Amino acid sequence: MADQYVHQLSPATLFDAAAELAAGDATSTSLCRQLLARHEATDNILNGYRQLESDAILEQAAAADARRSDGKPIGPYDGLPIAIKDNIAVNGQPCGCASRILEGYTAPYDATVVTRLKAAGMICAGRTNMDEFAMGSSTENSAYGHSCNPWNTECVPGGSSGGSAVAVASGQAFAALGSDTGGSIRQPASFCGIVGLKPTYGLVPRYGLVAYASSLDQIGPLTSDVRDAALVLDIIGGYDPMDSTSIPDTRTGFIDALDKGIEGLRIGVPKEYFDVDGLHPEVRQASEAAIRAFSDAGCEVVDVSLPSLRYGVAVYYVIATAEASSNLARYDGIRYGARYPDTDLMSTYFMTREKGFGKEVKRRIILGTYVLSSGYYDAYYLRAQKIRTLVRRDFAEAFKSCDVIIGPTSPTTAFRHGEISDPLQMYLTDIYTVPANLAGNCGISIPYGTDSSGLPIGVQLMGDSLCENNILRAGHWLMESGKS
Amino acid sequence: MASDKQINVEDIAKLARVELTVEEAAEFQKEIESILGYIEELSAVDVEGIEPMAHATAITNVFGEDVPGPQLDREAVLGNAPETLDDELIRVPKVIEDGDGGTH
Repeated sequence: MADQYVHQLSPATLFDAAAELAAGDATSTSLCRQLLARHEATDNILNGYRQLESDAILEQAAAADARRSDGKPIGPYDGLPIAIKDNIAVNGQPCGCASRILEGYTAPYDATVVTRLKAAGMICAGRTNMDEFAMGSSTENSAYGHSCNPWNTECVPGGSSGGSAVAVASGQAFAALGSDTGGSIRQPASFCGIVGLKPTYGLVPRYGLVAYASSLDQIGPLTSDVRDAALVLDIIGGYDPMDSTSIPDTRTGFIDALDKGIEGLRIGVPKEYFDVDGLHPEVRQASEAAIRAFSDAGCEVVDVSLPSLRYGVAVYYVIATAEASSNLARYDGIRYGARYPDTDLMSTYFMTREKGFGKEVKRRIILGTYVLSSGYYDAYYLRAQKIRTLVRRDFAEAFKSCDVIIGPTSPTTAFRHGEISDPLQMYLTDIYTVPANLAGNCGISIPYGTDSSGLPIGVQLMGDSLCENNILRAGHWLMESGKS
Repeated sequence: MASDKQINVEDIAKLARVELTVEEAAEFQKEIESILGYIEELSAVDVEGIEPMAHATAITNVFGEDVPGPQLDREAVLGNAPETLDDELIRVPKVIEDGDGGTH
């Protein structure tokens, strides 16, 4: 067991760090130095970051400290660092999606979420490792080497936002941004014993997020508690004219909702979630214990049904790969990124994409091209889109009788590096998380106990579209109740 | 679902402009057949009369004002190009054959 890598910074959260800044008990420089020291001590083993430039971070920290000592901080979060997944653009920093094909690429603009973090005074500190183009569930598909789970370095941290989860769980960051297309925030959060939130599709702007599957992708926070998830969502959420899928008139203020407690929340238990082959008994028990905790606290617990769960993974891998094959057509070695030149234009395309993309990316591009190809479009893509409608209907029906749907985040705890080599088996690990992406709902993974080998277990709470308040309230309460 | 469903990975890879090694093609052929076998279970679902869902919000046709906005910095953009010319153009591999007048 290598759990010397599991660590919380002190203060442990953005919220507490902000309080220490306000009280004069800490400076941005002292906070950043703390995480840089932790990075120095651990990341040669964990490989959570692709890049972390300490000089640039400390320079921004000094500027924030100067503002604060002049009595003019930008706001309560001025000078707080946050790690950014390698597929979210930060002006002047590399944005490589852990892919060879974007080697040498420097983002020429800020993603909207980054603009908002900077406007709050926050420091974008480091690029976290990921599965190439967010395609994977283990962070083993990075062109820059796999990341290790801080709880047991022989295990994967989950993926695709594995580096972000590693950074937070190992005390190299208070919080990190990730992206979730089929579970890529929630599953690594579950494997690493932290909180991961996938917001409602359209709540957080995707401008500046490198597209994988555009109808499913959503940016969200990985944090050490629910209050921080709400805090980050308050900063990054809300309408953005630069993203045409952004929902107008969305409100934030999520952090204020946490203190409402769980009174009146109805907890829905989908029986299908507990009938899945391969659901590990200890993971099941953790979810059942969480359900009992809500029940004991006076919440109404109701049975709900999500019959389309069994089709979720198949629908997801048709739609996601189809969209990916289209989105990734832009990587052709012409305008940016790596070019592997050949005799003519066509062979340059082929050569660049052969050398630039890793195996899983190629596999998904080919699958996606196939399901969209003439003669197969109706049978695969169109059919999958129709079943997606059924998934959404299931949720709409379920949310008539409950406010929060509870179940496991992942069927298992973290698996070992190399343990799952068959792509289909890897896809099946996403079974509990893909439905929220297909329906566009929100979901959060809450750490809730450990298994017999000491690996963290996650419980997933899902809410209806734009009902983040419900899952944040329930998650906050569940995590706090688990501590006592 | 189509009963004549058969994938030839090498053909599809050509459509996708991805070169595969012989080993990759053989490996992908097997793996993708297995994935398609799993996806096949979608054919059992009754989708009669169900509308397809393209994405998760009801928003369609969002139009922006037709006014100039902030532009990306030219130097930063060209700095990302594999090859440039005169600091203002992206240099690309030859597209047009010699002597055909350039109307391709």
